Amino acid sequence: MKIGVVTFPGTLDDRDAARAVRHAGGEAVSLWHNDAELHGVDAVILPGGFSYGDYLRCGAISRFSPVMEPIIDAANGGMPLLGICNGFQVLAEAHLIPGALTRNHELHFLCRDQKLTIENTNTAWTSSFTQGQEILIPLKNGEGAYMCDDETLAMLEDEGRIIARYVGENPNGSRNLIAGITNERGNVVGLMPHPEHAIDSLTGPSADGLAFFTSVLKAMVK
Amino acid sequence: MSLDTVAIAKANPETTQPFAELGLKPDEYASIKEILGRRPTSSELAMYSVMWSEHCSYKSSKVHLKQFGEKAVKTNALLVGIGENAGVVDVGQGYAVTFKIESHNHPSFIEPYQGAATGVGGIVRDILTMGARPIAVMDPLRFGPADAADTRRVLPGIIAGVGGYGNCLGLPNIGGEVVFDETYLGNPLVNALCIGVMKHSDIKLAKAAGAGNLVVLYGAKTGGDGIGGVSVLASETFESKGPAKRPAVQVGDPFVEKVLIECSLEIFAEDLVVGIQDLGGAGLSCATSELASGGSGGMKVQLDKVPLRDPSLSPEEILMSESQERMCAIVEPSKIARFLEICEKWDVTVTVIGEVTDGNHLEITWNGELIVDVPPRTVAHDGPVYQRPFAKPAYIDQVAQEVINVPIPTTPDEIKSTVLKLAATPNLADKSWVTDQYDRYVQGNSIQSQPDDSGMVRIDEKTHLGVAVATDANANWSYLNPYEGAKLALAEAARNIATAGAKPLAVTNCLNFGSPEDPGVMWQFAESVRGLADGCLEMGLPVTGGNVSFYNQTGAVAILPTPVIGVLGVIDDVRTRTPMSFDRAGLDLYLLGETANDLAGSEWAYMHKQRGGVAPIADLQREMRLIDLLVAGRTKKIFTAAHDLSQGGLAATLTEMVLRYNTGATIQLENVGLSLLSETPGRVVVAIDPAQAAALSQEAAAQRIVLTKIGITGGDALVINGASIGLNELRRAHTETFPKLFG
Repeated sequence: MKIGVVTFPGTLDDRDAARAVRHAGGEAVSLWHNDAELHGVDAVILPGGFSYGDYLRCGAISRFSPVMEPIIDAANGGMPLLGICNGFQVLAEAHLIPGALTRNHELHFLCRDQKLTIENTNTAWTSSFTQGQEILIPLKNGEGAYMCDDETLAMLEDEGRIIARYVGENPNGSRNLIAGITNERGNVVGLMPHPEHAIDSLTGPSADGLAFFTSVLKAMVK
Repeated sequence: MSLDTVAIAKANPETTQPFAELGLKPDEYASIKEILGRRPTSSELAMYSVMWSEHCSYKSSKVHLKQFGEKAVKTNALLVGIGENAGVVDVGQGYAVTFKIESHNHPSFIEPYQGAATGVGGIVRDILTMGARPIAVMDPLRFGPADAADTRRVLPGIIAGVGGYGNCLGLPNIGGEVVFDETYLGNPLVNALCIGVMKHSDIKLAKAAGAGNLVVLYGAKTGGDGIGGVSVLASETFESKGPAKRPAVQVGDPFVEKVLIECSLEIFAEDLVVGIQDLGGAGLSCATSELASGGSGGMKVQLDKVPLRDPSLSPEEILMSESQERMCAIVEPSKIARFLEICEKWDVTVTVIGEVTDGNHLEITWNGELIVDVPPRTVAHDGPVYQRPFAKPAYIDQVAQEVINVPIPTTPDEIKSTVLKLAATPNLADKSWVTDQYDRYVQGNSIQSQPDDSGMVRIDEKTHLGVAVATDANANWSYLNPYEGAKLALAEAARNIATAGAKPLAVTNCLNFGSPEDPGVMWQFAESVRGLADGCLEMGLPVTGGNVSFYNQTGAVAILPTPVIGVLGVIDDVRTRTPMSFDRAGLDLYLLGETANDLAGSEWAYMHKQRGGVAPIADLQREMRLIDLLVAGRTKKIFTAAHDLSQGGLAATLTEMVLRYNTGATIQLENVGLSLLSETPGRVVVAIDPAQAAALSQEAAAQRIVLTKIGITGGDALVINGASIGLNELRRAHTETFPKLFG
């Protein structure tokens, strides 16, 4: 199973995401932003970082990278696509998921170990979890507050498209404690915290993040 | 402004030149004329003024710093020593690690965010320049009183700058210090450390060898920022009056640097450069003169080819500009096509600006006219050397007479309130408010970071080889006795590596002091260098490089002498490290090392506004035996946890241990008040499974380290001689301070 990991200029967590894919038992394939080619991958991860220095708006420039065209086409055709942190921002800019990510309510970068509950285990990236499972993975961002209008929020709630919520105090001001959401079909997931930094307890706060990557490998076997 | 050329300089020898405004003294100006046999052109004057500044030339410190070479231990571990951009150490398995610490104090006072950000950017480029991938940063920071108005201006900006730049580069921030003292008000210290890793064969040096090779400038375009930053900013004491100096602070763009790092590493991997130098302090003046004098000796540069952000810049300004995110490489003509290709892939601006020549001339032209013709060594290495007068300041003997008189707790209530006060005082309080603004996870190799004793990163995922780094300074002790203070800081940093079970390997330093023109400050500096050099010799640790920051003073008030010492250690298997605390009940707690009456220079004395007394004397032989014990305790799996004692003594250590994994402890101490507050060096608390008691006794006896059982782990309180402090109450005291002050 080949999972593509995209590198934009300014991407930081690409090697971490590739490591997580390998730990889960998949093959990681590096995809370059300027190459409009998916090289036969079965799923794609848009990793975290500060692509294009977050200039204009986070993800606003990357969204127009040549590699995004085939990714958007494939995602619309059902290919699993995970956007983590800056990747989540790119997904929002590309309108693959609704809403936007804005400045943390305390107005500075926040890096901490964050508890989440998994609320939807029917997506390509969350099927290895159990419903309501509590996990601990790093959260690190400056612009992680999920925002959308009331109508969209009601739709996300009604359709069960909020895949993960922050537990406890709201770390960044996200509406309804949203940490991650999925598209209607369940193949595209945007997640603000970083599962790729929690694949073993030696380098992360837990190994809870690995299940996102085993989920997609399982989904592709089906 | 009309162009001043070499021909004009020869024809008009008497032209008045603004050497004083550029920070040069009359005798320095005279010696430039002597070197050249004529007056310098305005461009040459610009180059000499920045390169002969205190910051670049180390003119006041050189005569002392040479001890690091003279007293150096013979070691095969040092692959590249002092003099290059950063020292390189062999850590085994074919890996080499480079690390260095630098100051960015003055710019950070004027413009906290950009000053701190470009401090990180500069040290990262130094590490990159050695051929290494940067893998982590650390930031020892010092500020005025936590509740001072200016600290509220400076601290949030500096923290945001360190985070904003480092986070965007994808470098985990794995530790540092945050310390408050009155003397840093108006003189905050921003020291930045970077660690990089490479294979032995990938080491790069700053030399322009081989006539005919090309001089290539790549990275950001050159702008008007940071002009004269070196001479005007870093080498002059702040006065209350005078023009705003903000335009001399550089402005950083971490995104450009991140791309520059990846682009450079790809270039290095294909072995496309002969030599390389980053452009930091003194910009092109530094890079061209250092590369040329490090190589064949000559270089021709067409300055008009330098890509500019601001086309109105004069040649003098281009030579002095400290625009960030630029590198200068020496490339063989046969490899230039591939070099340009890689730059294009990363969208990095790249320009061939000159070529290496034989001989001894650095010749720079501007639209065909010769504006610089100097022997490059005279710019880069033959700057003035001062034997600054130094003399023991009067305060030293005075404070030594003072007797520390502070309340010593005895009753349970007194013990409880003392522990809570220490837990909450800004110097000892939880620093999460700061460190949570730094990414500690990126790259996926961080094993330890704040609040652990040291930062630790894995460098090989298969063999689990790792390195640990700690930085320490105890300015209170250095104030009382700079010689011992430097040794004690070295010992503490080494101990902080060893508590995790890593073996200390090499030393870097960032020496922050007041004005070298004050004989008392110069004495503090001389004594600190002598202490550090003697200490390194005794402990068998090479000094791989460092940085001196003078003029950290406002008017007559100098900062406390603050030699920040960084120690690098190696650990063969990061999975076996000893953590700093315990997460289960039923473990025995022991104190390694003896406690004496060492309240002089302690946090408790500082909290009671007492600065006097006699600092402890460093016993480095005992420190080395303690380090051996700590490493053996890890490899023989004796320890469950180990944590250093330093500022705040045993009270602070126990607080940090019980809060780390929310597991309490019950402690029984003789002479409880002094035991909690004294800061006698060379002590560590370890937690062991009771079954390991005999093994611990045996190891401690073998190393002749005094061993005292002080308690057991468990419960939801820290209980000391009957004084029970609930973990929640203790946590509140420890964690509320920073959000209240700065949140």
